[in-house]
This record gives sequence, structure tokens and C-alpha cells, in this order.
Amino acid sequence: MTATDAPTDAPTHLTGEGDQEMAPRAMAGGAEVLREVGSVLRISEAEAAADAPDAETTIINMGPQHPSTHGVLRLMLELDGETVLRTKPVIGYLHTGMEKTGETLTYLQGGTNVTRMDYASPIFNELAFCLAAEELLGLELPPRAVWIRMLMSELNRITSHFLFLATNGMDLGSTSMMIYGWREREEGLRILEMITGLRMNHNFIRIGGSAADLPDGWQERLGTYLESIPPRLEEYGVLMTNQPIWRDRLQGVGVISTEEALALGTTGPILRSTGYAWDLRRDLPYLAYDEVDFDVIIGSYGDCFDRYAIRLNEISESVRILWQCIERLPEGDYRIQDKKVTPPPRARIDESMEALIHHFKLFTEGFKVPEGEAYAAVESPRGELGVYLVSDGSATPYRMHVRGPSFVNLQTLPHLMRGGQIADAVAIISSVDPIMGEVDR
Amino acid sequence: MSDTNAAPAPEAADEVVPEPETLHGHPVTRYFGQRVVHVGRTELVGLVRTLRDEQWVQCLDLCGVDYLAHLQSDLPAGIAPERFEVVVTLISHAARERLRIRVQVPADDPSVPTLFEVHPGTEAMEREVFDMFGITFEGHPDLTRILMPEDWEGHPLRKDYGIGRIPVQFKEAPGA
Amino acid sequence: MALDLTTNGLETLDHNFVTAKVEDVVKWARTRSMWPATFGLACCALEMMGTGGAHYDLSRFGMEVFRASPRQADLMIVAGRVSQKMAPVLRQIYDQMMEPKWVISMGVCASSGGMFNNYAIVQGVDQVVPVDVYAPGCPPGPETLLHAIGTLHEKINDGELFQRREANGGAGAQLTVTQLDGQRAPQPVILGRS
Repeated sequence: MTATDAPTDAPTHLTGEGDQEMAPRAMAGGAEVLREVGSVLRISEAEAAADAPDAETTIINMGPQHPSTHGVLRLMLELDGETVLRTKPVIGYLHTGMEKTGETLTYLQGGTNVTRMDYASPIFNELAFCLAAEELLGLELPPRAVWIRMLMSELNRITSHFLFLATNGMDLGSTSMMIYGWREREEGLRILEMITGLRMNHNFIRIGGSAADLPDGWQERLGTYLESIPPRLEEYGVLMTNQPIWRDRLQGVGVISTEEALALGTTGPILRSTGYAWDLRRDLPYLAYDEVDFDVIIGSYGDCFDRYAIRLNEISESVRILWQCIERLPEGDYRIQDKKVTPPPRARIDESMEALIHHFKLFTEGFKVPEGEAYAAVESPRGELGVYLVSDGSATPYRMHVRGPSFVNLQTLPHLMRGGQIADAVAIISSVDPIMGEVDR
Repeated sequence: MSDTNAAPAPEAADEVVPEPETLHGHPVTRYFGQRVVHVGRTELVGLVRTLRDEQWVQCLDLCGVDYLAHLQSDLPAGIAPERFEVVVTLISHAARERLRIRVQVPADDPSVPTLFEVHPGTEAMEREVFDMFGITFEGHPDLTRILMPEDWEGHPLRKDYGIGRIPVQFKEAPGA
Repeated sequence: MALDLTTNGLETLDHNFVTAKVEDVVKWARTRSMWPATFGLACCALEMMGTGGAHYDLSRFGMEVFRASPRQADLMIVAGRVSQKMAPVLRQIYDQMMEPKWVISMGVCASSGGMFNNYAIVQGVDQVVPVDVYAPGCPPGPETLLHAIGTLHEKINDGELFQRREANGGAGAQLTVTQLDGQRAPQPVILGRS
């Protein structure tokens, strides 16, 4: 790595990223400072220029290795004492070239690639990818396949939100919340392991349905888990929601308004915390969400507390949806019986030569997807997760672009941090809940 | 599957050829029910601003595509295919609909006006397109690389940029 | 006497009955409260945190305190894929750790680049730091990570580690692979001390 050649007090060392870092006000351009000050729609350019502090300001660097940056997020902050004036996130520390790799993998293998983007909720990545590919293929899924997907999605939403509660608690100092959150998540992961075979990065949602049917006894196991959740959520209500320290640390911190959130392309709990009711599951329903009952949780103040409360209550809503799945899951095929995309059952491979060849061809060459483009999006725990697929008629995608919600939501950080204390920076990052895998891809 | 300009079978003499669909004067094609507007570089910002003032409140996504290995075959008449494309996805919450805008960007002059003034949320997305494809956005406040290190050479998502695999090593077989 | 940081400081002692006991105590102490540095990068970080959680409980090994500052840490568990941008950061954190220090490469991405054999990912963190134990898996479950930690403890107790590191001079794993198919062997990238 070469040293940065900005001739300033910017540190010149192994990890210099040159222009990607934050430069002092005198060096940075006017428009850039504006953006880092979080001034979009909030204050005018003239006001931002007049805002330059008299005292000397410090630029500090948080990360990329830092216990609270939720993965490898590097945050450069300009401070006036303890007050944060400007923020610039520097990302790319987890860039994995997944979109490029996706162009070399077949559609059957593609799930293994996308699932590692948002690694806290891998089912959603697979789901969005499969929905886009199925749109290109023109497949109509059997109802059981659709409901199984919905069940897995909501289960994954629960584990992801417990992860949020755990890390949010940890960042604010409540290490017991970390342990409790992981306790809940652990049983959820074990159920996922029972169904898919893996605790994380499942590659379970495949084109045409899912990789396998739900195992016997899943209703009891899932039911026991769901029954254990509401009393625990009440415990958290006592431990956190109604606790004065928690409220003081989160209420009024990191406020964003609806106009700003919309202008910045924000979706998910952050947008809903401003009071704007937009949830893809209700407004642009996919899978079978229009057949189940659930509420969309919105906040009122757009602060960190609202985002915490939204995610806490979304767990309850997901539990509601899962109970409905347990009661109403239809019978039938877990995967579309279309020879083009579905491999034969493993038992048949021993008996039939055609089945063997079919299996072999599907897993080595893959199936060809017709030319075209499609965009499919799902409501992941972080926002709208979309996949834009361009196919050239071959067995691998020509272009696979994933719209990661955290990537877009990170743009709100300058707005949220502006004017706050540096001690709130951790709470704010935690409330945005970014997963760097989908930010950097 | 996606061409709305297909002329009807010339059987009835009094059948009217359907007008190609347009949006504010720009041709529209449809993919699985979703509208895709094809617009030129110079008119992009104006169109997006008009759309934002109508109902298309959010810009969800801005990405690039490199059609070097497979030239587009689905563009409406009047739009010449270029090597690069910038694809903008907008959403209207009121109409519950998404709209895609495709802009052709030539290889010899890969530059598009920025949408930052209209939708500030495109700032990071345009930087990513710049980093991965080398398409510059005029008027962008801070057009630097975002995912790759600052001194990286090349634009990885271009089709003429290799995947960068290393040859996989295997240990010598015992006794060989 | 100049302090040589690449050795364990005990070579100048003649090995006899008394020093053997001292060495045993030193090794015992080192294994019983090895503090990891937080270096969770990607999906493996979630499993690492799960290992610290109540079910799998790293705390029974004295390891639940993930130190934020590398100066206070003994063990770096590289959990996740290391990108090109992150590699110098990784080396910098490793250099800041005080001897004795160990590295567990958790997950296949850290061990070898994993499923991402492309331009963006360093193909194995042993290109950048010397690794003591590799824990494969994508991601390795908490049991695998615990087994890797147990293996590390055994290796420390056996006393092999320091000898190997001296031979390497403290640099990355010097892979020697005989090419059978005519391809050029990759040159490991060694940053920092060598």
C-alpha cells in the first residue's frame, strides 16, 4: 500500500486510503464537506460554510478494526471537543468481488455466493436471487414451496433481530443483553440447522423452491421456540426498554426526518422509524405475505430508540407470521417439478441412468436462463434487498447486481451523527445495523 | 417476451398499430410487467427530477452493466446500444410501482451527469459504479473509489478485467 | 542483554529439572488465559461471537474477554475473508500485538481464500501473518472453533510453536509446493517484518 499523498495532517501509514479518507476542511471541496456535515435538506450551503468552527478541530479515525463498528467499517470523524461535526465512512474493507464471482457461477451455485453477502440474514439474499432468476425463467411455484420460503424468511428475521438486540446492547454496555441475544439466536440457529443442515449461509432457497422439504417434527420444535420468545421479550422490556439509562442513551439520539431518509434512499427500520409506513411485505407483497396477518411497526421520532423498538416488535410480528405458517402450511411439492431446474431425487440416481445424467448436467453445466433482465426485491431485516439480474441466455448470469440495503443506509451516518457526542457514535452505528458483507459485497 | 413494438398480425385492415409506449417522450419497454425507460445521458437528470416531483420519491438503486461480451438486443428503435449502461431504479410508494431507467454510455466517453442533486442517496452508488466500471459522474461531490484500495488499477467489473483467480495448488501425491 | 522478540526468552537457560518445571508453568499460564483480539471480519465473526455466548462459553477457558486493543491481546482469531484493502490493516494489528502471540485462521476464507478465488480476496491470511492453527468450515461452527483453540493450547503445551517461528523468522508460512502441472506457484506476499 502506498502512503497517501494528501499533504495534510492526515496520517501517512500502511493503511492510507488517500482520497477516500476525510481531509481537513481547508483541503476538502465545498460540496464534499457539505455532505459530510450531513447538510442535505437540512441546512443550506451558505449555512454550512458559516458553520465552520473557530476552535481547532480534530479528525479521528475509528476502525476498521474496532469493537463497535459492526464489522469492518472505518469511520472518520471531525470533532470539536466531544461534538461530532463531520463524518465520513470509508468502506471496502470486506469487498469480496461477489458480483464478479456471480458472473462465473451457475444459477444453482449462485445461491452460495449471494448468501454470504448479508451474512446475518442469509435466507433473504438467496430469496431475492431466486426470485429474480425465477422471473426470468417464468416459473410458477407450488404453494408449499412459497410458504416454506416465507417460514424460513421470518425465522431468519427473528435471528437477525436478536443479533441486533445483542450487539446493540453490547455497544451500549449491556453485556448481559449480548448473552441473552445469543441465547435466543442459538435456538433459532439450531432449528435452521435442523431444516437446512447449516447454521449460517444455508443455500437452502433454490430456484424452483427449496433444497429439501421440512423435516418431521418441525412444528413441535418451532412451536416450542416460538412459545419461549414472548416471555423473553418481556424480560428485555424490563431490562432495556423501560430502563432510564437505556432511554437516555437512545432517545433523541441520531434523529433523521422522513424527507432526509427518502432522499437518501433509506429503507427498512430506519425509514419506518421516521413514521413512514413502507414495508415491502405489505406494500409490494411477494411470496404469500398478502395471505398472512401482521402489522407494520413504525416509529415517531426517527431516533435510535425508535429503531430499537421497531426491531424488537418486528420479532413479535414475525412470531405471529410463523404461527400462521405452522397452522396453514399447505401440502404439496417443496420444489417445482420442472426438469429444467430441479434435479431428480437422490434415490432415483441409483436406479435410473437418465436421472444420473440429468443430475450431472444440472450440477456441472447448469441450466440456461432466457435472455432478459429482472429486478426482484425482498424486505430484509435491514431494508429493501434487491437483485438485478441480466441474463444473456447462458447458464451463468451476465450481470448480477445486489442492492444491499446497508450500503445505502450507511449514507445516513453523517446526518445521524452531526451535532451529537462521540459517545453516541457507537449507539448510532448500532442502530443503523449495517452488515458489511452486503455493504462491500 | 419484452417487446411492445411488435406489430399485430396484419389481418384486419382496420386494426390500429399500437403506439410504442413512452414516458415523458422517452421510449418504454416492459419486462415482466415492469416499465423500463430508455433515456439519453443529457436528458437523464431532467427526467429523474420530473419523475421525483411526480411520485417517484426514491432512487433505490444505481448500477452499471458492461455489455462488451454481449451487446444488448432488446433496445427500442432509436436507441443505439453502447458498451456501458447505467441502470437507475426508482420507486413510487403511492403507486406501489418500480421504474427502471437505462442510460447508454459509450466506451470512449464514459461519463454521465450525476443524480446527486436530485437524489442524494445516489452518492455512494455512483462512486461504486465509478470504482467498478470507470464511468465518471459529472458534478459528483466526491468521486473516488469506494470499494477498492485507492491505488488500485483497473475497474474490476468490466468484462475485459479477469476474475483474478490464482491457480489452485495440489500437494504432490505420496510416493510420486 | 538485548531483548529478542522472536524467541520465547528461555533459550539461554540450560534445560534441567528446575527449568522444565518453570517452562511448564509458563506454558500453563499462557494457555489458561489467552485473550483474543477482536478481529471478526465477516460471517465467521458471528460464529466466533456465538462461541463466546452462553451455549459454548469461551469463558471457561478464560477467553471471553475479547480485547479491543491489540496491545492487550495474545491471540488473533482472523474470522472472515481478508480483502486487499484489509490486508495491511491485518498486518498492522498483528504487529501491534505483544509477544507471545498466536493466530488462528478461522474459516476457509481466512485459511485459503475459501470459495472466493478472485481479485479481491487474499488467498489465505498466511500470506500476511504466520498462522498457528487453521480451522476450516464455512463458517466453522462453535465446536470447530473450540477444537481449534484446544489444538492451539496443546501445541503450546508441547512447546513446538516457538521453535517453528524461529525457523521462519517470524514471517508468513513458507509454503513449498511442488508444481506438478506446469503452473507457476504463487509468491506469498509478506508485509511488515520478514
